Amino acid sequence: MPSSALWAVDLFGRVFTLSTAGQHWEPCRDAQLEFKRVSAARDCCWGIACDHRVYVLVGASDVPIRCQEEAYENQRWNPMGGFCEALLPSDRWPWSDVSGLQQRPLDGVALPSPHWEWESDWHVDENFGGEPTEKGGWTYAIDFPATYTRDKKWNSCVRRRRWIRYRRYKSQDTWAKIPSEDDPQQLPDPFSDLSVGGWEVTDEPVGRLSVWAVTLQGKVWYRENVSHHNPEGSSWSLVDTPGDAVQISCGPHDLLWVTLWEGQALVRKGINRNNPKGSSWSTVEPPTSENGILHVSTGVCVVWAVTKDRKVWFRRGVNSHNPCGTSWIEMFGEMMMVNVGLNEQVWGISCVDRALYFRQGVTQSELSGKTWKVIVASREGDRSLSSSSFGLLSAGCFFGNEVRGTAESCGPGDMDASWEVPGPASSPAGVHGKESKKGPSHATANFPEATDLSSLTLLPLGLEEPDSADCHALWAWVSGGGCAVEAHTTLKWFTTQSGLCPSVQTLSLSITPAQTATWRKQIFQQLTERTKRELENFQHYEQAVEQSVWVKTGALQWWCDWKPHKWMDVHVALEQLTGHDGAQDSILFIYYVVHEEKKVTALVPVFSEAKHSFALYTPERTRQRWPVRLAAATEQDMSDWLTLLNLSCCESRRVHGRPSPQAIWSVTCKGDVFVSEPDPDLEGPDRRLPCDQMFWRQIGGHLRVVEANSRGVVWGIGYDHTAWVYTGGYGGGCFQGLASSTSNVFTQWDVKCVHIYENQRWNPVTGYTSRGLPTDRYMWSDATGLQECTKASMKPPSLQWTWVSDWFVDFSVPGGTDPEGWQYASDFPASYHKYKTMKDFVRRRCWARKCKLVTSGPWLEVTSVALRDVSIIPESPGAHGSGLNIALWAISDKGDVLCRLGVSELNPEGFSWMHVGTDQPFTSVSIGACYQVWAVARDGSAFYRSSVSPSRPNGDCWYHIPPPPKQRLKQVSVGHTSVFALDENGNLWYRQGVTPSHPQGDSWEHVSNNVRHVSVGPLDQVWGDGDGGWTLPLGAGTWGVWFPLWSSPPPLLSPWTLCHEEGEGTGFSRSLFQVWVIADKVQGSHSLSRGTVCRRTGVQSLEPKGQGWDYGIGGGWDHLSIRASATRAPVSPSQKPASKQNGQPPSVAGGPWETPGPVCC
Amino acid sequence: MTDDKDVLRDVWFGRIPTCFTLYQDEITEREAEPYYLLLPRVSYLTLVTDKVKKHFQKVMRQEDISEIWFEYEGTPLKWHYPIGLLFDLLASSSALPWNITVHFKSFPEKDLLHCPSKDVIEAHFMSCVKEADALKHKSQVINEMQKKDHKQLWMGLQNDRFDQFWAINRKLMEYPAEENGFRYIPFRIYQTTTERPFIQKLFRPVSTDGQLHTLGDLLKEVCPSAVAPEVPNTVLPVEAKIEPTFEPSRIAGGRKASLAVKCWASQGPSRVFIARKKFHWFRTKLKQQVFRAGVQKFQL
Repeated sequence: MPSSALWAVDLFGRVFTLSTAGQHWEPCRDAQLEFKRVSAARDCCWGIACDHRVYVLVGASDVPIRCQEEAYENQRWNPMGGFCEALLPSDRWPWSDVSGLQQRPLDGVALPSPHWEWESDWHVDENFGGEPTEKGGWTYAIDFPATYTRDKKWNSCVRRRRWIRYRRYKSQDTWAKIPSEDDPQQLPDPFSDLSVGGWEVTDEPVGRLSVWAVTLQGKVWYRENVSHHNPEGSSWSLVDTPGDAVQISCGPHDLLWVTLWEGQALVRKGINRNNPKGSSWSTVEPPTSENGILHVSTGVCVVWAVTKDRKVWFRRGVNSHNPCGTSWIEMFGEMMMVNVGLNEQVWGISCVDRALYFRQGVTQSELSGKTWKVIVASREGDRSLSSSSFGLLSAGCFFGNEVRGTAESCGPGDMDASWEVPGPASSPAGVHGKESKKGPSHATANFPEATDLSSLTLLPLGLEEPDSADCHALWAWVSGGGCAVEAHTTLKWFTTQSGLCPSVQTLSLSITPAQTATWRKQIFQQLTERTKRELENFQHYEQAVEQSVWVKTGALQWWCDWKPHKWMDVHVALEQLTGHDGAQDSILFIYYVVHEEKKVTALVPVFSEAKHSFALYTPERTRQRWPVRLAAATEQDMSDWLTLLNLSCCESRRVHGRPSPQAIWSVTCKGDVFVSEPDPDLEGPDRRLPCDQMFWRQIGGHLRVVEANSRGVVWGIGYDHTAWVYTGGYGGGCFQGLASSTSNVFTQWDVKCVHIYENQRWNPVTGYTSRGLPTDRYMWSDATGLQECTKASMKPPSLQWTWVSDWFVDFSVPGGTDPEGWQYASDFPASYHKYKTMKDFVRRRCWARKCKLVTSGPWLEVTSVALRDVSIIPESPGAHGSGLNIALWAISDKGDVLCRLGVSELNPEGFSWMHVGTDQPFTSVSIGACYQVWAVARDGSAFYRSSVSPSRPNGDCWYHIPPPPKQRLKQVSVGHTSVFALDENGNLWYRQGVTPSHPQGDSWEHVSNNVRHVSVGPLDQVWGDGDGGWTLPLGAGTWGVWFPLWSSPPPLLSPWTLCHEEGEGTGFSRSLFQVWVIADKVQGSHSLSRGTVCRRTGVQSLEPKGQGWDYGIGGGWDHLSIRASATRAPVSPSQKPASKQNGQPPSVAGGPWETPGPVCC
Repeated sequence: MTDDKDVLRDVWFGRIPTCFTLYQDEITEREAEPYYLLLPRVSYLTLVTDKVKKHFQKVMRQEDISEIWFEYEGTPLKWHYPIGLLFDLLASSSALPWNITVHFKSFPEKDLLHCPSKDVIEAHFMSCVKEADALKHKSQVINEMQKKDHKQLWMGLQNDRFDQFWAINRKLMEYPAEENGFRYIPFRIYQTTTERPFIQKLFRPVSTDGQLHTLGDLLKEVCPSAVAPEVPNTVLPVEAKIEPTFEPSRIAGGRKASLAVKCWASQGPSRVFIARKKFHWFRTKLKQQVFRAGVQKFQL
């Protein structure tokens, strides 16, 4: 899991964080301020400082928070001066907002707070709906409230253009004071408590938070418009309460509880995505009337409370429908406060010793947990800031006692009042400074060596002094809202470890400590010696057990090739033969009558609901688009067979260890990762192994996107947009044990949503009901309506997935929804819209449920930014060892364009992201071998980034390149010189006229249709993914649903065309243009296959579009990267005749690009 | 160490060169040539000596043949001890090849178990595996396995197929990530000199204060005589399957040892033998008392 942090405040008001991966409290960087309260969310933390003002700390990120400001310049034509600012009196302002109702002069647009800065000056937006406008960016219309066009017509009387400017949030990683209101009437009085939550209520806008605060006068305030792009929110608004509030707690979802002076709790009702503030209050009585509630904390569906007698209570039966719950249960322990964090995990501060406790054993099934466990992590602060633990210790104890004495009757809310002595800002620093000054002198006097050594924190040598202090760290407040602890997370918080903790998950350590340990070497050496001693002179002896043929037999089910197509029970046998050379060969026999399969090219687990089945591809079967499908009785059985078959395949092909840097990587629609080695014997463009004979080997892990580079850098992106970097291992996942590398395999996870649809039909009596016509689809169905999918019957995609959320309405479906998530249509198989009209007789809404998969694979998480797309520079072999960093560009899940710095073979993860500003969110990016960066924006147009170079990794500016007419691009791939793009209708386009002096090219030229994904290699090879999903029906219908069916006819292409002839001996080599796609609808002898890996044949410098397709494995392939595949044998002139004799065209010569074609750089 | 393929392979492919000679009193029709064979350390005598049996039967009359048994320097060899254990226990100090005498007559009823068929060996082997798993996982893993998995385990051993065996055995050697190890370490320490043929105790992999136990800890506890007060080298005279711990710890008489091993008995018949030369050192140390310890899988 990505590490996240627990926030806490000690009695001195110092804020500390404790990482889930770490075991030391780290002081908050901005240590100037002292805090009373903190409330953390994932990316930010809100707090109330000693000056009773609210502060927010937004975590630093490589991606800046930036907002676009816009203003429109409006002009009207008049016969005298042409277009000018002299508007009619009835017209809008010359400078206005988009509606024209608000005046908006450019210099009148101000920054919302001191925490923002302008990124650039105002400039004109020349992009109009994906099409570039003429210089000046004007759009024309007949009159103002009208539709605008790019072109000036005879009747264009008015015109306008859009000015944009960006502002950037600059106060990241520091406590930013929330500006107080200008209006003194509105100014809330000093704050006493604050709570952040509500991030699960809705995703719109991105990163929306509910920030609630309580003032000293007992009023409740809500901060409006807090979101990722507006981290400070806009204003406070008062929420009326029936009593004086003391403390407030807002859960991640729709729970909001408030404690009152009188000891009751208030529960907010009616919080939902349309009304995050809720609508009404209801009261919950305390567990016992004599001891009122002092403190509450809410999670998604739990509420914990502390009463005045310090007893801890758990509220039973709380959920969205019944936010009040049913009854109190007393829990063990006495606490000052408790806090519920993510995943309903609970922390508490004991009232005995003010130590921090973690509630162990909180799971979804046992929300109240098992025991309190004390957190004994040490504080970095004690060591580095003020090393005098003794000084602090005594001060702390003294302080603590005093507080405890006075705080006997009042809640923790008041407790802080007792030590609010220091005024705002400067004086707390003074007090603190005094202490820390006093401290070191003490320590240095008594323990001269202590201070020196304590800075070397990791030395395990004696000197336990910091630890003894830690046991007595006195905490005042804790917030787990940003701390993701899951049931299986192992935390290192509970033991004091004195250094020497092997950091296992570091990429630089390619070997685990166990393998480098001296004793391991010794043992291995002794074993080797023993073998030598006992065997060296006796090799001629006969072996007691002859190496026999090993046969694994078993019973599987086989999908019959011919009618009747059904599952048949078969016996299978895998025979492993060991040849004389020690090479193993394996044959898999499938006996139904007599049937035999050889030369397996890939094994693909195919999970369907009913069967644990997998597909087996052979060259012949690949051509036929009809793999052998086998099913095992249990998942375990299947994974055994898969592992074994995989092992045998790899052994017989002598594929071992990590894939070579030149390997081709791909991902299936199930997220399985496959790798194919380029054949070293068959180098050169036209002697390439036909696609159908490529051997695909599965690598552990679960990804949606994988991109590779010939220097061995491989990045992947999961379904949940987590970025992963390849560690160099292999195996993992279902390939445990022997098929797996011993190191570099780590836990990997992915989260995705399962969607089902609720369908309703309108009738005149009762309106929309779940009673459909007999001909209608199921009232609960999948997207197509063919399968019945109810909430209860729906299972996660496979046994590896587990549900991690409940069903929720998905509002983010294309086309939009009404406030309740419904989409309307006149009848079922129709297009849906988000509002109801008279003619709409049916409606549907999408329900989603998150499921999570935890597997293992050779991948390490790249933290900090979630990604949508990634591209690594393909390098031609000449660039090897240039030592330059590897250019890597990516698109974040929010559409930001990013450029990774510091990526190299040794550090494939790189160091940090550099943000590249854009005017709109982007969806796809690709960087070519000569640093040409192309990207696709959300409006479907392409952009070219100029002047990108190793010394200037983020380039200069974007050039807008309009998409092909009436098409919206969705993906782009750039090879050495050529640029291919893919539109949303599956058409593949080639960019004509790209030259070094004119890198943007001239026009798009259509290459093929039915393409799902395209990958252009470093030598301009194009590969792709045919669209298609599994048409290999495992029980037809099961798989058809995975991909939309396309109505256009499949492309009729000859099965595979060899490209060659011509070009030989002419002195210049042909640049090896390789274009691979994943194609849709590939005709096989048995079926149509969707998601097929294809290579563009005949791609040459003179004909960069290529001629035809060579079909490989499929379907169900989703993503492919051949960008590492740069094998190219240098062919000297003397070798050329030889290849000529063979009837083969000369393989492409290495060396510099002497091609007459486009050459960059 | 189940993921350390190098060590696993070396253990599995350990071989002992052996010379089989027919006992002089056996009646033969013509002179019996000695028979030379490489015996897998991890297997059983009666499982791998079909060739020996066939070889000597050729020179004997049918009526003189009864159950075959083996003897080394007067000691009948228990077939239910793995070959490697027998060798290290009885003959590790002698020169190679290992000279074993083959008998067909006067079966030593009080010393040896009968071995009428390979089913008996299989039953014995499986019961050892089960006993070990009872200690390691409360028998959960072995019970969840199917019959065919058990069969594969056995066939892997019988056919000397490393992959076949370990494909199943891997599961027996795993433990949940949240636990520090097995429940108990299955082990047996065999000795030649005492009246107790082996020592066996319950031993947890982790001490009460959370430290991982090492092989040294185990020996200190169950067999203190095996731990010399001052071992010049850091290696222990113990045969054991080993597993790494992540922290070096103190073993062998308080000396900081670079060798930290967690000891657990082999699941199935695979063992690592460490430092045979230490035996010689011990022999001199203990005068006549030649001490050899072997941590072994469970025998019945």
